[in-house]
This record gives sequence, C-alpha cells and structure tokens, in this order.
Amino acid sequence: MPERTQKQRPAPQRSEEALVDTPAKSEAGEKLKADLDDLLDEIDDVLETNAEDFVKSYIQKGGQ
Amino acid sequence: MALRKILGMETEFGIFHRRAGDSNPIAASSVLINAYINSLDRSGTASPIPRVGWDFVDETPANDARGLNLFTAMAPEVEIHLVNAVLTNGARYYVDHAHPELSTPECADPLTVVLYDRAAEMILVESMRQANAALPEGEEIVVYKNNSDRKGNSYGTHENYLMDRTTPFSRVVAQIMPHFVTRQIYTGAGKVGSEAVGISSEQVPFQITQRADFFEEQVGLETTLKRPIVNTRDEPHADAKKYRRLHVIVGDANLSQVSTFLKIGPTALVLCLVEDDCLDRTFVLKDPVLAMRQVSYDLSLRRPLELDGGGSITALDMQWEYFRSAQRYAESRGLDCIGGEEVGGEVLRRWEHVLTALESDPMQLADQLDWVAKYRLINGYRERHDLRWNDARMAAMDLQYHDMRPAKSLFSRLGVETLVDDADAAVAMSEPPEDTRAYFRGKCLQKWSDDIVAANWDSMVFDIGDDPLRRVPMMEPTRGTKAHVGSLLAECETSSELLRRLGS
Repeated sequence: MPERTQKQRPAPQRSEEALVDTPAKSEAGEKLKADLDDLLDEIDDVLETNAEDFVKSYIQKGGQ
Repeated sequence: MALRKILGMETEFGIFHRRAGDSNPIAASSVLINAYINSLDRSGTASPIPRVGWDFVDETPANDARGLNLFTAMAPEVEIHLVNAVLTNGARYYVDHAHPELSTPECADPLTVVLYDRAAEMILVESMRQANAALPEGEEIVVYKNNSDRKGNSYGTHENYLMDRTTPFSRVVAQIMPHFVTRQIYTGAGKVGSEAVGISSEQVPFQITQRADFFEEQVGLETTLKRPIVNTRDEPHADAKKYRRLHVIVGDANLSQVSTFLKIGPTALVLCLVEDDCLDRTFVLKDPVLAMRQVSYDLSLRRPLELDGGGSITALDMQWEYFRSAQRYAESRGLDCIGGEEVGGEVLRRWEHVLTALESDPMQLADQLDWVAKYRLINGYRERHDLRWNDARMAAMDLQYHDMRPAKSLFSRLGVETLVDDADAAVAMSEPPEDTRAYFRGKCLQKWSDDIVAANWDSMVFDIGDDPLRRVPMMEPTRGTKAHVGSLLAECETSSELLRRLGS
C-alpha cells in the first residue's frame, strides 16, 4: 500500500502575478516576441480561409 | 534491478478527405496507406517493401492486468480485414477503427522513440503526397496529428513500456497515477476550449492538454469509452511469464520533439523507480479523474490538488517530488534502465529545466513545449485581431497547428527546438533500430520479404516453398539486435538458410 503523506514542505516561492499573462522578459523572450510578431504579420496567408466551415466539417469518429 | 525499458508509441492520426462529399474515413485511411506501400513497391530501391500482413494470432487486447475477465464484452475489437502492413523499419502501419495508425518499432531509449516518431510523421507526409497525386482534381486527403475533433470525439496516442511481471500491478497503478495526472504540465499539446459537458469558453478558454476532457475512470480496460487514467490491457507481446507491457493511453500527440522526449523519458524512469520501489514518498490524489482536468485547465500551474486523507499539492510540486526521487535513483543506481548515462542524463536535465521554467514563467518554453507554443501563437493572433476565445478562427488555428501538410502546418512555423535530424529520421523511415528485436524483423523484411507471409510483434512466419510454414518466435524484445544477429543475417543468402541456422 502506498504511504499516505500530506504535503510537508512549504510551496516554493513564486511571484504572484498571473504567470501566463506575464511577458517573457529575458533576451530569449524578446527574440521570441519579435519572431511571433513577424509570424503574425504573414500568417493570414496560411490560415484556413473559412474557419467556421472548416471547424464544423472536421469530424473524427471511432477513435481510441 | 529495474528492467531495461523497451519503449514504443502508437499514434492514431486524424484524417480529413476534403471536397469529397460524404467520404468514409476508413476508405480514406486505406487509400492513404496503400498509396504509401505502392509507392515503395514501385521505387525498387534497396529496401524492397514487404507485402507482409499482420499476424493476429497473439493479439489478446481483452486480457486484464488485474486478472479480471469481466469486461470481455466491452473489450477492444481486433479488426483483421483492414489494411495492415509491416514496414522495413519494424513499424506497423494500419487502419485502426476509422483512423490511420502507425506504431513505432520497439526502441531501447527515449531519444530513439523521438527519432521513430519523427520518421512516422514523415511517412504520413509522404503517404499524403502519394495519395493526393492519384485523387481526382480538387480532392485532398489531409492528416492531423492531434487527439480530438473538438466535438467530443477523441483518438489516441498510446505509449508502451516493458515492465517486470513480478512488480505488483497494484503498486504500478498507485505510484504511476499521480505522475500521469501531473506530467500533463509539460506533455500537453494544448487545446482551445473544452469538450467536457457544461464547460464554457469563458470558464476554460484554453487548456494544457488535448486528452484530459476524455478520462472518466481511474483504472480499467477500456480505450474508447469511459477511458481510464491507467489502462489495464495485459498483452505483453513478449514472454508473459517475465514481462508486462504498460499500455498508456493518457498522453497527447506531440509535434514538439522536446514534449515527446519528456512524455517518454521521465515516465520510463519513474517506472524503473516503481519496479525498484524507490520513490521517496507516494502521494494519493483524492480524485485523480477530477485532477486530470484541474491540471489541464490551470494555465497558472498553481492550483492545489487535493490529497486523500487531507492536504494538497500542486502539479508542479508533485513533479518536483518525482524528479528528486529520480535524481537520487540515478546517482545510486545509474541510468542503464533507460538507455545509459548520456540519454538518461539528458532526460533528467531537460526534465529539471522545464520544471524550473514552468515555475518562473511558462512562456519561456514557447520554443520547447507544444501547449506553450500553441497558446502563444493563438493568443497572439487573438490579441492582435481583438477576437474572443470562442471565435471559430481560434478553433481553426488549434486544428491547423496539427496539420501534417508542410505548407499548412502552423507548428512548423514556430521554430520549436528539435532533438533529431530529419536526415536521420528519413533513414529511420526504412531502417530499424539496431538494439531491439525490431532489427531482426526489419532486416528480414528487407532481405526476404517474398518469403515472409506474416509478422507481428513477437513472431514472424516464413514460407520457404514445400515445407510447412515456419514461425520464428521473438519473445525477448532485447534479442534479435544487430549485436545478436547482424552477422548471421549478413551471412545467410536465403531465408531457408537462416531458418536452418536458427534451428527452427
């Protein structure tokens, strides 16, 4: 039988702002952001043209 | 000592026949796979492709690891009439239910799984190219590597881990369950919204995994209904007295190779700790099924999960617990069980790195983890165009992230880090791994495909003329390697010579 243990150590320190909405501040983060801007500039050429029809018609039955 | 973890993955791909009216997905899957097999036949390259079918004699998906046999009526069906091919890299490529499915060959370390998963993607890409060249003008078969159609229909990406039969299955269930629930924070492929009943886009605009919405039980045999977190299918495809194969259905299909590596590597290592009973502490979640969704819905990664008997822990802290136990285990016992110090050290290094980054700012991992890469792209588009999360364009981008057409794939535009070279993966489309029995299977198919009438994971059946059919058993996944049989296979000119020398 597994030992039943309550959490014993304190949670690691973490900043309080919402993590997901915090922009990356590092140099790598800045580059990622610039890359994302470039990508968003050109992505409309690639996206499915009729999003609603596409989403509606994508049906997959009989999977595990 | 923990058993060397022989590993594999099975991916069911989404398939969409565009501009074909009411197309049948089973027919489209057959067209797709046959187009690939036929193209190899025509190429006449050094690897003659086998017209070798799958041998179902040892398929027993209804066996339950708990020793129960109550659920036979609900057990998975084995469909034996559909396209079912064995490739020269040792993989199986077939129509399963209504999807094209590719099972990698047996691999002896997590990085090799990544290589053969990438090879599988390239096989599907080539299959689309071949199939679409023969379709009527305007029609197109498109394959998606994801796990949901966003309408409540899910299809799986399964993992397999060879385990020691002597480890009590109850211990496996108890000790791996919290890992399956909490590893989602780095294995998830991300999803816009939720398919769970009664959950609105306001409540869950975006979640970490594709699959969490579909799990209803803690433990069970099912794969298509009432999916369990720990699947009990007991079908080792090897010597059943020595081995079990843990069949894992709880994971997502990943495009990111880092995510795939971290889906397989830490899980394989944790299973070694389970076999050797080396986890420092074991936690019991109060409601693992609920916790699956709590983890997937919580992008802040801060939500505490209730423990049985009181107390709580976050998914991140649970993963730190597993990581620290694994680190101590590696220091005292080494990492041979997952392929040696080099690949095992990389598993620990990357595992620690993602946990550290998830703790400070998950968005740092946008070039490594699927869910972060997808969130960043879709949320960036949403903010730029001032869209709501329930806008159809968000859902369409979610699906298109997984589009396997190189020109349409959103994933491939994101600059996500790779762990294997495409040149090596191109070789792995037809060459087997050298350090498992897949080597024997693949090499025999390359050399004597005309003499092989059927193959499966643990045997091959030869027809060498007037004699009765000969079955060569392969019950040991770590035998039949290049080291074992490489020179034998090179020396034999004919399959009858091989069979004579094997003494079968």
